[in-house]
Amino acid sequence: MSDPLHEPGLLVRLSEAGRERINFRLDGQPIDALLGDTVLTAILTHRATLRQTEFSGESRAGFCLMGACQDCWVSTESGARLRACSTFLEPGMSLVTQRDSLS
Amino acid sequence: MTALTKVVIVGAGPAGVRAAQMLVRNGLRPTVLDEASRWGGQIYRQPPLNFERSKKTLYGFDAARAESIHSTMNGLLAHVDYQPDTLVWNAEGGQLDVLRQGQTATVPYTHLILATGATDRVLPLPGWTVPGVFSLGGSQVALKFQGCAIGQRVVLMGTGPLLYLIAYQYAKAGAVVAAMLDTAKLTDQIVALPAMLQQPTVLAKGLYYVGWLHSHGVPLHSGVQPVRVLGESRVSGVVWRDGQGEQTVACDAIGIGYGLRSETQLADILGCRFYFDDLQRCWLPERDDVGRASVSGLYLAGDGAGILGADAAEWAGERAALALVADTGGRLAPKDSARALMLDAKLAQSRRFRIGLERAFPFPVHWAAQAPDDLVICRCEEITAGDLRRTAQATGTVEMNRLKALSRVGMGRCQGRICGVAAAEILAHCTGQTIQAVGRLRGQAPVKPIPFTVSEPPALGESP
Repeated sequence: MSDPLHEPGLLVRLSEAGRERINFRLDGQPIDALLGDTVLTAILTHRATLRQTEFSGESRAGFCLMGACQDCWVSTESGARLRACSTFLEPGMSLVTQRDSLS
Repeated sequence: MTALTKVVIVGAGPAGVRAAQMLVRNGLRPTVLDEASRWGGQIYRQPPLNFERSKKTLYGFDAARAESIHSTMNGLLAHVDYQPDTLVWNAEGGQLDVLRQGQTATVPYTHLILATGATDRVLPLPGWTVPGVFSLGGSQVALKFQGCAIGQRVVLMGTGPLLYLIAYQYAKAGAVVAAMLDTAKLTDQIVALPAMLQQPTVLAKGLYYVGWLHSHGVPLHSGVQPVRVLGESRVSGVVWRDGQGEQTVACDAIGIGYGLRSETQLADILGCRFYFDDLQRCWLPERDDVGRASVSGLYLAGDGAGILGADAAEWAGERAALALVADTGGRLAPKDSARALMLDAKLAQSRRFRIGLERAFPFPVHWAAQAPDDLVICRCEEITAGDLRRTAQATGTVEMNRLKALSRVGMGRCQGRICGVAAAEILAHCTGQTIQAVGRLRGQAPVKPIPFTVSEPPALGESP
């Protein structure tokens, strides 16, 4: 499923692309990813942003990918927070990268 | 050794796995707490179960070592209490507080081996918070753990052996590496050669990567000074300076790192004495040659207590476990006594090799002098170099924990893991002190963010 509303993602899949597809919601839109993707991979293969900072509001897309920098926390539609680099995507997850995407 | 001996190992990378193996061989049944969902640590991190690449593809020359660590731990599972997805967020004498699947629990111990590993040592440059800039280690995690490159056209910059290894891995996997930008000079590497001959096979691997990258046309620029990342909402290029002036390369992703820094928070919370290590330019928990910390019953192994690399981490894990067995009254088998001597020799050799590596890829000591005032140092709370300088100058602050209290640097979610090195460099430079004199950020529990949930007490009259 392509995502024509948005620019290309940051991450580029080089291998392991034959895995089972799973569906999730990103900023209210249905979208897909692969089983075994982290939340970070699932989002950043479609987008260039995970979150906006609480201070300047600038976009961030993670940094260390190993649970140290804490710069990849994203929200679910219900308000729960996940560290995207170290949480596996689950089918049906509803994730939010834009503060106002659901308003 | 008595039935009351309860050993816990924190970490399941090369040091933790080898420590577990040696303890089991000597009749103990350790608990192994792993923050990851599968063993291997960062260097031998295993992809999710449904991934198919071979270990040769994933780990290259280190495939045999990775396979050995993975299969060793697999064979130990029946003999240890392995707890994956388990974060140790606090430690007090005899007890660890852990978080697993949103639930907290306590894990008691009489003896503890910390094998907490390391993360990238990072120095910011303007624009490093723009989406598309990742740490070097993070760039490797994307490839190894998820089969992804961080972008279409990738620049890898900073210094250290990881720069060349990841460039090789990326190019080999089919990514375009637009440039490698090393702040070290070629002459640094030449003068380091004699010391690096301590581990000729490691040196040979490094030379192979450099040769392969050269023959495949991956541009390498040495002796560079990173200037700025280009791009607003995502990376579009990077500017650096060298002998020929400012230069620009177009790219859509950047991996950056300057070697590694140890995860010392738990050792700190447990009261370990720290010393300043001139070679690694940082404060580290004391350990004797076999891994005993300054706190009784506590052992330190692997890169979590000073960077020596993955091979040395295996040896240090084994050695610490053997020391623990002897300290608890166990009798080492003759072959293990002989092995302890061999491990001591290998670890001594690793320390000599490290001197060469630090010479080949020196920390850019002039970084702070060149950092502009508007450079964001702290990603968590967006505190700039200028904020730190103004705070230090206005308040007479000369020490890191005071600077943290006054500026909030190191107080954000990463607790200084990313900004700590750079903040110390800025403070030392602007107050005219050595990096040793400004001290280090103290570890605080919880060492990583944990969910804060409050459960309602049962209403009166209800049974709990």
